[in-house]
Amino acid sequence: MAEERRQKQCSVVLPTESMKAMAESVGVGQLQEDSCVALSEEVSYRIKEIAQDALKFMHHGKRRKLTTSDIDNALKLKNVEPLYGFQSQEFIPFRFASGGGRELHFYEEKEVDLSDIINTPLPRVPLDVSLKAHWLSIEGVQPSIPENPPPASKEQQKTESTEPLKVVKPGQEEKGTIQGKGQSTTTPDGKGKEKGLIRLKPRSTHELSVEQQLYYKEITEACVGSCEAKRAEALQSIATDPGLYQMLPRFSTFISEGVRVNVVQNNLALLIYLMRMVKALMDNPTLYLEKYLHELIPAVVTCIVSKQLCLRPDVDNHWALRDFAARLMAQSCKTFSTTTNNIQSRVTKTLTKSLFDDKTQWTTRYGCIAGLAELGADVIKTLILPRLTVEGARIKAVMEGPVVSNIDKIGAEHVQTLLLKHCASVIAKIRPQPDNVEQYRAEYGYLGPMLCSHVVKARTQATLQAQQVNRTTLTITQPRPTLSVSQSGLTGSGGPRTPSIIKVPSSLTLMSPRPGTPSQPSPPATKYIVMGTSAGAASTQQVITLSSSQSASPVTSTVPSATSTLQPLVKLESGGTPGLTASRPLQKYIVVSLPSSASSSLEPKSSVLPTSISSASLDGGIKLERSESPGVSTQSPH
Amino acid sequence: MYIKYIKSEPPSDGFGNSNANDGRLLSSSPGAGTGGTATGNNKPAPGPPEEQQTLLAVLQFLKKSKLAESAEILRREAGLPEDALDPKGTDASGSGPGLAAGSGQVDGVDASSLLSRVTVSSSAAAQAPKKDSSLAACFYSLSASPDQPDVSVVLSAYSQQGDPSLYDAYYSGLKRFIESVLDCHRAELSQLFYPLFVHMYLELVYNNNESVAKAFFEKFSGDQECYYEQDLRILSSLTKKEHMKGNETLLDFRTSKFVLRISRDSYQLLKRHLQERQNNQIWNIIQEHLYIDIFDGMPRSKSQIDAMSGSLAGEARREANKAKVFYGLLKEPEIELPLDDEDEEAENEEGKPKKKKPKKDSMGSKSKKQDPNAPLQTRIPLPELKDSDKLDKIMYMKESTKRIRLGSDNLPSICFYTFLNAYQGLTAVDVTDDSSLIAGGFADSTVRVWSVTPKKLRKVKSAADLNLIDKESDDVLERIMDEKTASELKILYGHSGPVYGISFSPDRNYLLSSSEDGTIRLWSLQTFTCLVGYKGHNYPVWDTQFSPYGYYFVSGGHDRVARLWATDHYQPLRIFAGHLADITCTRFHPNSNYVATGSSDRTIRLWDVLNGNCVRIFTGHKGPIHALAFSPNGKFLASGATDGRVLLWDIGHGLMVGELKGHTDTIYSLRFSRDGEILASGSMDNTVRLWDAMKAFDDLETDDFTAATGHIHLQDNSQELLLGTYMTKSTPVLHLHFTRRNLLLAAGAYNP
Repeated sequence: MAEERRQKQCSVVLPTESMKAMAESVGVGQLQEDSCVALSEEVSYRIKEIAQDALKFMHHGKRRKLTTSDIDNALKLKNVEPLYGFQSQEFIPFRFASGGGRELHFYEEKEVDLSDIINTPLPRVPLDVSLKAHWLSIEGVQPSIPENPPPASKEQQKTESTEPLKVVKPGQEEKGTIQGKGQSTTTPDGKGKEKGLIRLKPRSTHELSVEQQLYYKEITEACVGSCEAKRAEALQSIATDPGLYQMLPRFSTFISEGVRVNVVQNNLALLIYLMRMVKALMDNPTLYLEKYLHELIPAVVTCIVSKQLCLRPDVDNHWALRDFAARLMAQSCKTFSTTTNNIQSRVTKTLTKSLFDDKTQWTTRYGCIAGLAELGADVIKTLILPRLTVEGARIKAVMEGPVVSNIDKIGAEHVQTLLLKHCASVIAKIRPQPDNVEQYRAEYGYLGPMLCSHVVKARTQATLQAQQVNRTTLTITQPRPTLSVSQSGLTGSGGPRTPSIIKVPSSLTLMSPRPGTPSQPSPPATKYIVMGTSAGAASTQQVITLSSSQSASPVTSTVPSATSTLQPLVKLESGGTPGLTASRPLQKYIVVSLPSSASSSLEPKSSVLPTSISSASLDGGIKLERSESPGVSTQSPH
Repeated sequence: MYIKYIKSEPPSDGFGNSNANDGRLLSSSPGAGTGGTATGNNKPAPGPPEEQQTLLAVLQFLKKSKLAESAEILRREAGLPEDALDPKGTDASGSGPGLAAGSGQVDGVDASSLLSRVTVSSSAAAQAPKKDSSLAACFYSLSASPDQPDVSVVLSAYSQQGDPSLYDAYYSGLKRFIESVLDCHRAELSQLFYPLFVHMYLELVYNNNESVAKAFFEKFSGDQECYYEQDLRILSSLTKKEHMKGNETLLDFRTSKFVLRISRDSYQLLKRHLQERQNNQIWNIIQEHLYIDIFDGMPRSKSQIDAMSGSLAGEARREANKAKVFYGLLKEPEIELPLDDEDEEAENEEGKPKKKKPKKDSMGSKSKKQDPNAPLQTRIPLPELKDSDKLDKIMYMKESTKRIRLGSDNLPSICFYTFLNAYQGLTAVDVTDDSSLIAGGFADSTVRVWSVTPKKLRKVKSAADLNLIDKESDDVLERIMDEKTASELKILYGHSGPVYGISFSPDRNYLLSSSEDGTIRLWSLQTFTCLVGYKGHNYPVWDTQFSPYGYYFVSGGHDRVARLWATDHYQPLRIFAGHLADITCTRFHPNSNYVATGSSDRTIRLWDVLNGNCVRIFTGHKGPIHALAFSPNGKFLASGATDGRVLLWDIGHGLMVGELKGHTDTIYSLRFSRDGEILASGSMDNTVRLWDAMKAFDDLETDDFTAATGHIHLQDNSQELLLGTYMTKSTPVLHLHFTRRNLLLAAGAYNP
């Protein structure tokens, strides 16, 4: 290969056409072919010579990029007048032109109006050189401060999670990897041995420095705190700080725990804040979240499909949260879905399953549709469009039938708008032009006529629509839930529920006050809680079970056994006696058994929830599975 | 002193040919006629042509043997014109000035007196000043010219040759032979490939066989070792006889014999083969252009050869590294340490100073006994210690008692000074020994000095104000400073090109900077003004450094010579010539008796300051050398190059003793910790790496045999020696400095 390259180097000579073009430009009309050849060889040689000298200047200038001043200096060495007017730090914009069978690269020289230059205000003076000191290493250990590069780059995090054997860490862990390397060379055969190697992989310590702990505390407090300005700052920090790699497991656990607790508490505001944290983490260019998806995705999915996210489902805009979470979901599917972890297909399956279920509540239905719709036009086309008729009929039943409950009506309305919004743009693309109302009605049923008008609208402003769909920022249209200061008197269960992991400023609590009796006649009864385990055992498989049932006996889903004994067992038992009256409280058990790392917040606890079983409650469970190490995930989702 | 310069090494100068334009201009009018006038000035023209031929032959021989003086005398005696040495009379560029230079060599007087001699002795050269008004430039071309005849001689050596079409066959014949010999000889004989290839190619080019040459190149260039790639690239662009005249690489190759080190057995094998085949072409090249250093004993292995090869002109000859080098340290002047201070500070560190105290004493007594490897105290006249120096020494000793003992399990902390908003313009950095000041050289020709301590930089008051000061007061040194000028940063303007080298004087009163504009400037850090501009290099000066004892400094640049200067002389005291390409970095030995220079010809040379001789040539790097560092005990030298490797050298034995692999880009800075336990290297790849120097040097097996033959077995233990790698955030590491307490300071410009 080197040989080939050299040969190329050897033969590179300026084309004779260039010589002709240059000769013409200086007024020499007829240049003989022989002279052209001689000239081009000579010129090529001289140019190479100058380039070699310029390289010297680049090396001594301690740069990797050759600049025009290097060329100038090289010319000066040869006693040649340097080229003036080519001072440019960046690339020189050469233009290309062809015509009459000739090709030409040239430098565009614009005529510059002096008065323009004089009249334009002076550009800002570039900042002066300044000197800044920081610790690159303290007694051999590189502190993780913004001035230092993150201990692991994004690419590295990626390889670490996708190819655990190939990881080479810079810096202090060099020695460990050398050992690892040595091992991998000595035992190249045998899969069992390789598995052993995975365990032997140098365990990265998750000790946080005092500064990091402080930072973590400040950030988490600000993120769920009451001050919006502070929160914006904190989220900004999460989204941009390059040194968060070490804290990622903490943040991930914080979010998943927070969602778990707050979904039970129906604390919409906090759920929104947590989702915004997820968004910020995803936005951080230095973080690779793949390892923590098993915690984040369940949390996000919870926020999409949970039956109830807020205290007053009729008033509060929990729909916005569902939309936002759905966008997050879609984003993570896009970024992290691979053939081994199949995130997208698993999520799709989960969502479709509950969508196809007749007993799904309007809220969950909305979430499912939103989640699917965000996954893209293809998903809408294959999964949602065929359902339009069915959904239309369901909506019609609620809208035009006897008023069952206000909530159902609101839900149906939202589902309707959502369907119209997402489907219209897709239909606009796939359906031929004439939009006939009757045709639409025949094809899509109840929603047909509305769809038709929407499609017409969508066609006119297709571009605008597309932009709106892509938008992933969350605007909270709903007023923040009022939080009362006196939190101790929570109904039934107060104290032990506050998870220890969420540090709450004294003025604020994670749980908003809940009136003893629901204001609505039939609030949704059961909840979807999509749960994950806390980070910890790396090689274990996790099965997240989400179940909801109205049967008297609690549904227990056990986890298929994997190789590891340290498997976290997550059970969610939700039992409700059918036929309860509206105000009858429902006992809910969350049983979580975890490896030793379980924190206090995971203790079995009970909560008294004022719920009743609505007629439309559903059975069936949603299971989400994720396995940590790719390659083990041979199990298909249930 | 100039004589030394001429004698020291095979004369080869970059400026000769780079200045070719000037030279040709200067001598264009005299041409052949110059010879006549010149001879007229001296003696009647020489007699019969045969006699002249013999004389010429003798002269050539003398030139070749580097007896320039004798040649000059003989030439004058015989009354031969200067350009008589040039057999063809072509390229007589050097003729006129050459004579002048001959007279100029007599002594090292300054340029103006030289000029006056020139006008007397040669009418041809008399035109020189008219043509070129620049005094320095004139002097320059004068001193450069002795090489010019050499060049044409060298080129003409190519004229006798065989059938060009047979070159291919010759080369492949030799290749077949070498591939068929026993394994143990193959590696050694393979060394022949590259020089033979180059010379054969050049012969073809010289004789206008362009197409044959190209075919030859394409066919065999792939066989060459990868570390010659850069030279091959230059060679590949060279396809015409006309190109050869100005090409430096070519001249390097021609003026110096490529040195090969081959065992006697292998050599015999080769000789027999060539004689059997009657392969005179190759034999001629070997005889004329190669220097084969034959040794008795086992042939070397491929790895041994590879470790040492890679330089532009082959390996160093063995005898080149035989001279005795006094690498020991000079005896420190005895300064009484005020003990009361010590006790005060020792309160909380009771153990440490006491533990170290006896050690210090033992070291002191050792130096009293006079290290046999140390040079005589007076070998090089050193400046006398001033009171302020003594104070500084005391400070140094105090600080060193608090020095942290470093080791593989006790790594230094690294403080990184990042230059922000440098816009890719930072080209050089230096830190004072006491780490109080940091200076940066920039591509915009400025030099900026920062104070990194709370003590701000102040100028001395103006002369008028100084008159008002009470000179008898105790704090007169404080009073002369102008408080109004206090600032953290001072900018020094004066250069007219990027500043590539920068160095603080040990007493922190001066700062040196070398620049693309060919000058070295001495700045006062009291007044923050330029004191002297040292001219002489005329081409970019890549590096400069103060002697550890001050007063002297060394500089090296594109003109391929290193110069030793004293601050109070505007002419260099010594010129170290011998490198075949740019001198990229210069370092003083801790005892100030030697100077090390690294070059683009991929060799490192050690020069004796006393007599200007080159006492060591180290080959082994595969790229231009950009960093050098002496170990604090003066025994070892570390060097870093664009190939990303750090090589360690034993100065006393003249051997390579270690190779540290790990960096992925040019190494721009190297530094040993104060006690020599740790070697820090900083590179363009944005990392600082720490190496276990103790272990690297302890493991040495320098028995007599390896010392005698220079054949070392390097074990590849870079990974064991690497103690740590510290990434910066896209900041190339340009400078490293251990403070007196062994804290490592690093500096570089953030490069977004």
